Amino acid sequence: MSEPLLEVDDLRVSFATEDGSVQAVDGVSFEVKPGEVLAVVGESGCGKSVTAMTLMGLTRGSNATISGRATVGGVELIEASDEDLRDVRGEKLAMIFQDPMTSLNPVYRVGDQIAEQILAHRDVSKQEAADRAIELLDAVGIPAPADRARAYPHEFSGGMRQRAMIAMGLSLEPPMLIADEPTTALDVTIQAQILRLLKNLNAERGLAVMLITHDLGVVADIADRVLVMYAGRVVETGTLEQIFYDPQHPYTWGLLGSIMRLDRPRADRLAQIKGQPPSLLSPPEGCHFRPRCPHAFDRCTEIPPLEQRGGTHGHADRCWLSGEQKKTLRVLESGDIGLEMPAA
Amino acid sequence: MSRFVARRVISMLFVLFAVSVITFLIFNVIPGNDPAVRMAGKQPTVEQIEAIRQEWGFDESIIVQYGTTMEKLFTGNMISYTTQLDVVNEIWKGLPRTLSLAIGAAVIWMLFGVGLGLYTAMRAGKVSDRLLTVLALVGISMPVFWIGALMNHYLGFELSQTLGFELFPNGGYVEFAESPLEWLHHLILPWTALSILFIGLYSRVLRGNILDTINEDYVRTARAKGLSERQVLLKHVLRNSMIPIVTLWGLDFAVVIGGGAILTETVFNLQGVGQYAADAIGQLDQPPILAVTMFGAFFVVFFNTIVDVVYAALDPRIRLESGDTA
Repeated sequence: MSEPLLEVDDLRVSFATEDGSVQAVDGVSFEVKPGEVLAVVGESGCGKSVTAMTLMGLTRGSNATISGRATVGGVELIEASDEDLRDVRGEKLAMIFQDPMTSLNPVYRVGDQIAEQILAHRDVSKQEAADRAIELLDAVGIPAPADRARAYPHEFSGGMRQRAMIAMGLSLEPPMLIADEPTTALDVTIQAQILRLLKNLNAERGLAVMLITHDLGVVADIADRVLVMYAGRVVETGTLEQIFYDPQHPYTWGLLGSIMRLDRPRADRLAQIKGQPPSLLSPPEGCHFRPRCPHAFDRCTEIPPLEQRGGTHGHADRCWLSGEQKKTLRVLESGDIGLEMPAA
Repeated sequence: MSRFVARRVISMLFVLFAVSVITFLIFNVIPGNDPAVRMAGKQPTVEQIEAIRQEWGFDESIIVQYGTTMEKLFTGNMISYTTQLDVVNEIWKGLPRTLSLAIGAAVIWMLFGVGLGLYTAMRAGKVSDRLLTVLALVGISMPVFWIGALMNHYLGFELSQTLGFELFPNGGYVEFAESPLEWLHHLILPWTALSILFIGLYSRVLRGNILDTINEDYVRTARAKGLSERQVLLKHVLRNSMIPIVTLWGLDFAVVIGGGAILTETVFNLQGVGQYAADAIGQLDQPPILAVTMFGAFFVVFFNTIVDVVYAALDPRIRLESGDTA
């Protein structure tokens, strides 16, 4: 068992807003081992992006309250000074974002934007940095990289921009890349290419990836382990197989049930989880999923700890139902597993 | 590029032509503006007026008059109806004064406007930001003829009386060649008066731009790259926020040269092109007004073109020639 590369322990992030305090991340703990692909899954607003951005120090601001512990390669992230954090960014932890259209500065050449990061961290000449940028563009599969390095972002397609972002992320050879919904803004064929690229980088360079997505199809493609988040908390965590073939939390059942599958009879409407995610301004007491959960009972007003109940080693969830109860209640093929078929 | 320049020159000629025609025609419909009557002096005889009219060609058709006026303007033979002085010569004499005022003021308002905009954006929502916002709005709201007159009176006149020496001179202009120090001394108040409005305006515009830009995804990317906050701010935030400011600067500068400084020049008695125009307007003296209007229009159109070129250099998404890139 190798030492974890990234360790997050009881991370809490809240934002002061005009309407009150929003608890965006509520006690999230997890770890990523070197060379591992961890997928973080959940609906919009479940705190998965905030978690990632907090690790990068991007949520720091006068209205954010952050507590907990997070280390990458032994370096503390939450308490780090801005100065120390700059050394982490790009060196130990790189991040790519959802919308490659707007993530690159429109007024600088793509190659220069990659070289800028190298120059900020390494004692190299401009020429060396520029050459390195071209190498990186080549490595992420951009044709004619020397020419394209001189192009501006608007001369790139969406997929190429995301490749350029990945090249930028790799420029200092960090052990880990956080990819925040990297394929959401891209069309399906390009999505597959970008995922394949991430997969290759993972396999060839041993790059650990924290992949944030709401798309379970993406998860199934490349993840080693999965973290399911709901309303600021981790509700279930396990290996890809454990989550897909032996899901323990009713929310995970709902997520899996809402995937459209070609090997099932076609439903009139897509399955969905009943109700709305709770407002993080005043989340429900106890289990946050309780108001939407068809299996909720008295005990659910207490917060269930994240621990192994049913399932096998390394598989933990936050649901009071016993392993036996879950087995009987969970019927993935039918329409009442924490989700319901909407009336036509 | 050459196609762009050619297109711009043609459109510039068209604008100048239109401006000249409109200015010329206005003088033919202003009541009580028979130049012959005005030139003939007090209680002229009908014969005198008729003689002047024939001598100056006022009896010709409007089209012929327009033609000869333009010919005089471009051959440098245009004579004022009131002072009988050569118009182009007078403009030429006033130009260094106007340029001194405009260039100095433009530099001042750009520096202070950007500084103030950057500072207030960084401190957005804090007390100092609110205070400076109010101050900027006061600056924008103060008309230059008022603030200029106050400065001239209190700082140029009263203060000199109290101190016994001129900390600030009471108006007037000294050639740079004559004494650079006196030149500067005489321009400080006019520069300040003219800049105040623009400083307020630019700082507001820049503050807004910065606050918009700072939330852009590419600024987040820049931070995630591990750049220093200073690099993020200057290279990514300010660089992108400055694009509209530079545009504004070019246009405002042209407007100030082309007559926008009329009030400042008059209040401080700088005797520049603007004051020349103001005097001519007071006497409904057609040739100088026409010439100064054309001169102003030329600068505005010319700087417009320059701004477009600079704009394309600042923002690569903009290309000067259509069909160059998508």
